[in-house]
Amino acid sequence: MMESEQQTECNESEYKMSSENLDFYYGDFKALHSVSMAFKPREVTALIGPSGCGKSTFLRCLNRMNDLIPISRVEGRITLDGDDIYASDVDVVMLRRKVGMVFQKPNPFPKSIFDNVAYGLWVNGIKHKAFVQERVEESLKQAAIWDEVKDRLPDTALGLSGGQQQRLCIARALAVKPEVVLMDEPASALDPIATQKIEELIYQLKETYTIIIVTHNMQQAARVSDVTAFFYMGKLIEAGETDTIFTRPKRKQTEDYITGRFG
Amino acid sequence: MNSLFVGPSSHRNENGAMATTQERQVESMSRTDPSFHGVSPTYDRIRKIKQNFFFFLFRAAAAINGIALLVIIYFMVVNGWRAITWEFLTQPPMQSMTKGGILPCIVGTFALSFGAIIVALPIGIASAIYLTEYARPGKVVRLIRLGINNLAGVPSVVFGLFGLAFFVVILNMGVSIAAGALTLGAMSLPVIIGATEEALKSVPDTYREASLGLGATKWQTIWRVVLPSAMPGILTGAILGISRAAGETAPIMFTGAVFFTPKLPTSIFNEVMALPYHIYVLATAGTQIEKTRHLQYGTAIVLIALVLGMNLVAIVWRSRLRKRLK
Repeated sequence: MMESEQQTECNESEYKMSSENLDFYYGDFKALHSVSMAFKPREVTALIGPSGCGKSTFLRCLNRMNDLIPISRVEGRITLDGDDIYASDVDVVMLRRKVGMVFQKPNPFPKSIFDNVAYGLWVNGIKHKAFVQERVEESLKQAAIWDEVKDRLPDTALGLSGGQQQRLCIARALAVKPEVVLMDEPASALDPIATQKIEELIYQLKETYTIIIVTHNMQQAARVSDVTAFFYMGKLIEAGETDTIFTRPKRKQTEDYITGRFG
Repeated sequence: MNSLFVGPSSHRNENGAMATTQERQVESMSRTDPSFHGVSPTYDRIRKIKQNFFFFLFRAAAAINGIALLVIIYFMVVNGWRAITWEFLTQPPMQSMTKGGILPCIVGTFALSFGAIIVALPIGIASAIYLTEYARPGKVVRLIRLGINNLAGVPSVVFGLFGLAFFVVILNMGVSIAAGALTLGAMSLPVIIGATEEALKSVPDTYREASLGLGATKWQTIWRVVLPSAMPGILTGAILGISRAAGETAPIMFTGAVFFTPKLPTSIFNEVMALPYHIYVLATAGTQIEKTRHLQYGTAIVLIALVLGMNLVAIVWRSRLRKRLK
């Protein structure tokens, strides 16, 4: 029972992604309870909530990263463009190309900057040299890091600062032209200046991509997102336009969390 | 030793005598808990003596390790240095092995070791990849691991007999480099699998997640990200495994090495001489055991130099890698 403003008679084709009554189990532990929400295209949705509330777990269901955990089990539906991503004939590899992910701790490969960004293209069979070079430059520009690295593309990515590495990871994710970008607390390991750059980046990216971002920083959610969803103990408590959630939340739990009474 | 073990500091107690830190601690403890009468000085002395005694034992044990190696090397060198000449290293044995050199043995040991690597490395790495990256925890995996662990415990002479029965006779390879290398390779498998598994496990999962998140398949992830990252660790493990195999006598006695062969090998189906076997031969089966004593030690020096050399390379390489990862 949630009061998401989008819930009403949802015409699935309006939404880029949606989840319907999603239950998620780690072995016997039920981590997500009947989560239903929908994501409109080219909007930024922030998932907030205290530690352990299931927001990262939910995010990782959207690109089936939780499949990597042997004891995990999913019940319910998640759709991308109307199609159930957990259907038996779905190619998970293709899904992950369309739904990209940026992780909490920057994790560039121990390869050169160029190779990092080109990696996604190579593994998807795109090898034409000129095209790859173009795409790498385009992605680095989109991630607002081109000027800083254009003269050292062959250098190792591990030589970059934390903030630069994270922007590199964003460039890497964008290079394969995903349709949705999932971000799991992308700025939590970064200093405030790097965090600001990431937030500006998200604001620009939403013109092209649908973005879903998990953050434990409520101010960040308020700054960056169009829609905010509040999770608690594995349940979606409330979801709606960010302004409304932060000024006139409908549920007491939401209000308590936002005003800092717990979490 | 942290500062808790610092000696007494000056402080006078009510008797006017210097109170040790120990006594001050007891005093302050008695003030809060009247039932605590403190550690009796005798007991305290005894337990400190016990501690020093055990620390001494542990240090002695560690020292014995280093001393043992030095003693062995010293003994070999003192008895065999006279044998190390250019002729020794480049000529075959002559005059019933009382003169000449050990060139064919050096060549043979290299050929067998190299062959063992070619056999053990691909199979070992593939097995480790399967066990670490693909296998689902269950009965099959446990059985395979049981098999590998038991393989590691099989005595080397049993490996030799197995090699004789299977490679030399049944597969009709005869006593040859091929049979010897296969036997040595089989013996090195558990070591290589273990080192490779460790190297693979040390590759952070975040790399795998990042790769899969970009739409790569599992194999692409392993081939392009995991293996290259793990390769240095795999190779150092391989070097250590092979350097052990290079010094083994029993597995090659029946399968690849012979008492004497006049010419150097030209194909993998030739038989060879080998350093460890040559030592055995000179020390037991030759007709002039005493006369060749210095040659035995000389051969031992060459073998130890080879093995220690390979180990040193592996250790230095590994420490360089560790520095790079920091």
